[in-house]
Amino acid sequence: MDRRQFIKLTGVGLGGLMLPVIGNAVSAEALLEPAADVAMKKRMTNVALNAATSKGATYADVRIGRYLNQFITAQEKRVDNVVNTESYGIGVRVIADGTWGFASTSDMTDDGIAKAAETAVAVAKANAKFQTDPVQLAPVESYGDVEWKTPIKKNAFEVPIKEKVDLLLEANNAALSNGANFITSVLFLVNEQKYFGSTEGTYTDQDVHRLWCPFFATAVGESGFKQRQGLGNPVGMGFEYLDGREEDKIRVQGANIGYGKSYDLVEDATEAAKQLQVKLKAKSVEPGKYDLVLDPHHLMLTIHESVGHPLELDRVLGYEANYAGTSFATLDKWKSGTFEYGSDKVNLFADKTQVGSLGYVGWDDEGVKTKEWDLVKDGILVNYQAIRDQAHIIDEKESHGCCYSQSWRDVQFQRMANVSLRPGEEDKSAEDVIAGVENGIYIVGRGSFSIDQQRYNFQFGGQLFYEIKDGKIVDQIEDVAYQSNTQEFWNSCTDLAGKSDYRIGGSFFDGKGQPPQVSAVSHGCPTTRFNNVNVISTARKV
Amino acid sequence: MAIMTREEAKALLTKVLSYSKAEACECNLDGEVNGNIRYARNTVSTSGELNDVNLTVQSSFGKKQGTASTNEFTDAAIEKVVRASEELARLAPDNPEFMPILGPQEYEKVNTHFQSTVDVDPSWRAEAADASIAASKANNLVSSGYLNDSETFAAVMNSKGLFAYNKMTNVSFTATIRTADGKGSGWVSRDFNDAKKMDTKEASAIAIQKSMDSVDGKAMEPGRYTVIMEPAATVQLLQNMFSAMNQRTADEGRSFLSGKSKEEGAPKNRLGEKMFDERVTIYTDPQSPDAPTHPFSGDGAAFRRTDWIKDGVVTTMPNSRYWAEKTGMPYVPTPYTGGGLFAGQTPINMDGGDESLEDMIKNTRRGVLVTRLWYIRQLDPQSLMYTGLTRDGTFYIENGEIKYPIKNFRFNESPIVMLNNIEALGKPQRINGCMIPPMKLRDFNFSSLSDAV
Repeated sequence: MDRRQFIKLTGVGLGGLMLPVIGNAVSAEALLEPAADVAMKKRMTNVALNAATSKGATYADVRIGRYLNQFITAQEKRVDNVVNTESYGIGVRVIADGTWGFASTSDMTDDGIAKAAETAVAVAKANAKFQTDPVQLAPVESYGDVEWKTPIKKNAFEVPIKEKVDLLLEANNAALSNGANFITSVLFLVNEQKYFGSTEGTYTDQDVHRLWCPFFATAVGESGFKQRQGLGNPVGMGFEYLDGREEDKIRVQGANIGYGKSYDLVEDATEAAKQLQVKLKAKSVEPGKYDLVLDPHHLMLTIHESVGHPLELDRVLGYEANYAGTSFATLDKWKSGTFEYGSDKVNLFADKTQVGSLGYVGWDDEGVKTKEWDLVKDGILVNYQAIRDQAHIIDEKESHGCCYSQSWRDVQFQRMANVSLRPGEEDKSAEDVIAGVENGIYIVGRGSFSIDQQRYNFQFGGQLFYEIKDGKIVDQIEDVAYQSNTQEFWNSCTDLAGKSDYRIGGSFFDGKGQPPQVSAVSHGCPTTRFNNVNVISTARKV
Repeated sequence: MAIMTREEAKALLTKVLSYSKAEACECNLDGEVNGNIRYARNTVSTSGELNDVNLTVQSSFGKKQGTASTNEFTDAAIEKVVRASEELARLAPDNPEFMPILGPQEYEKVNTHFQSTVDVDPSWRAEAADASIAASKANNLVSSGYLNDSETFAAVMNSKGLFAYNKMTNVSFTATIRTADGKGSGWVSRDFNDAKKMDTKEASAIAIQKSMDSVDGKAMEPGRYTVIMEPAATVQLLQNMFSAMNQRTADEGRSFLSGKSKEEGAPKNRLGEKMFDERVTIYTDPQSPDAPTHPFSGDGAAFRRTDWIKDGVVTTMPNSRYWAEKTGMPYVPTPYTGGGLFAGQTPINMDGGDESLEDMIKNTRRGVLVTRLWYIRQLDPQSLMYTGLTRDGTFYIENGEIKYPIKNFRFNESPIVMLNNIEALGKPQRINGCMIPPMKLRDFNFSSLSDAV
């Protein structure tokens, strides 16, 4: 499904929101039909593995995927569309003559599957004549037949459509009756039913669920307009995320309500409308150096851009040079064992195992069991994110388990694991962190974000900005963006809230590769302070 | 199967409509053959081919409508997708903005399809990649790049007798070539409808030269500079500006084109206002010789040359049929962009002059040459302020010559400001399916330095 089809199906351009969708629209009932059973998938997998090896593949893996999406879009008081999509097919990846080859098909007959496997081998052999660096795979355990499911409490696909539509319209009405002029809300559900088998002897059957419920509210005033996006997170959870439980709310006096393990959409839409009225009249920031206190819903994107991406080993090595770029975090810095990525309070780790996170799975897309590992320990760069064909480059004995493909149609490659900031040792609250700041700005929510192709220079905005004076939130202000250098920024980290403030946010559609693929990834962190950061004003009259 | 002829598409869509029990039915059929090769570190990394056809069916009963699609084409699958769209339509609440489908239209002939591109095969791609890799190796440089070709077709048919069909081909190539020590980086991009025009060796020579010339860039103070922007540096900003030109968001007060006065009776939008330098003319033309497009929109409405900005004046704002009727304006569709390499992007043409990029450099006393901009993000939808960074070849110009490479800058600037600060426009070049001139602009705002190469 391309962007044009998406726009037609949702009936809305959604401004800056780009939602790539894989698959074709199907009826609501079809989403609940049972897929091919595991035995059948294993048989089809073996057809492909046998076809590949008989043509000369020295390694092969097969992914059979059934990808289900549902999205509902509501604008103001009307529902634009309810769309169900489904995509089913098989992707075969091989190594032949030391070179990768890949082919995919939706023809699930034995002949169709074997043909895809043979094509993958043919592609590998054709490219082998230009190959100067034969593929080396790190060893992997043979797990036999295993299965894994996202631990959901309410399957969102089974919740009646009316209940979902009513929730979006209730949120829209709440925003409109509290001062917003326009609001678009979207409920987006993903279910990946993935079967994997390889010549290493692992067969995984996984049922992965994700959910996101963003909104975009606008208020028009006398001299212009302001926008505010929702503060909910995309999650690896079921419909229970939208229960909005009181115990999952973190209130910061004079500022925002933060959401942890569940989200109150209607409350947030109401708050957004009220905050928009303040934004319309708020003063513009005075540019200068400030101590910043960043809430988790904001900081997660800073982590994503300035830690997650530069520590992807394929970028470090140059495989993404023509698109997303390379990385300042070069191998010599890692080898030195002394590179100060951040202050000694900074501990960043990667994982695909945090409950509720977007990256949470049992095995990755090349049959590697997922785990947690350190990237930055006490401020020092200690590791990268690597998959089977990269592990040897950084002296690892095994893959980190972060290989992923967006669908059966696309080849899997190294994607960002969840990358998170460990909370402070003392269990401070967000308000405790703010209380220590004399002259600063508290930033909430993800806004405009831009970073250079080696991840040095970045500029980030937000949704809500609050002036801090003598440890107290004073006023809501506008037009804030901060510019910094990754290493300088993380070395200015002086204070972190504790584990009870730790929240997991994420990106539903992280893009990488050519042709581009999306991936969903989470980032956990507590409210965190960074000292003396350069803040600019984005206000400009034209 | 992926690329159907006009007759095949017409026969299939006629069959689809024969299953329809809805009051109105509109179908879109899209097919795509897409091939690619990717290389990095002077060696091929991945390559592949994708074949796909999609049928989207939109059914309506009164103001209720539903949409479903499939890529299976057995009779049973076709009937199933038609029934699914009807089921969704019956479940849907009335859409107060529902518009009845269009009747038959007349379309212009366009020249969007080239056999040379259809004939591209894996060995052609591999040789195209190798031409770039070999030239880089010969200069002790490290190349990475991506070549992508596509053939697509698009057809629309509805139950009021409308039928539209067109085929298109595109090929695009980008290469990033870096020095082995990582101190220099050059980039080039080429795209055409006709693969015969693609010369990856010639293109790579530009990236190679920029890579070698950009080593050890000097730090310049951020500030406002006269810049010469190559077409690749401005195309995204211009496309972003175009996508923000919708009449409805302007009328609703949430666009850079919203009327300034909130008084009763004041214009809701800035249609007819001169907002840019009088040399600015931006249009879309299905018959453009260098950046053609489909002669119809997604709903099958005929699309002909449309001037969005003429001589600096906002002349046309795209809208929906609902909003056009509500405001008493003509319906202004945008062309169907379908699948393929430039899906979702309306191809725009911007008029320029006769000067080459080299001439523009010669005529510059002091300025900055920008190869491309990267990670462009909007800061403010009202002023259309964007941020981003220069990348892969930024140079200081003095007295008509490139004096030395400089470090990359972050910019914070608005295309509205840029198009009011024009010093000169060069000869338009094809980039991302558009035709954009190199531009010499004064007072372009660079806000900080980046260490990235």
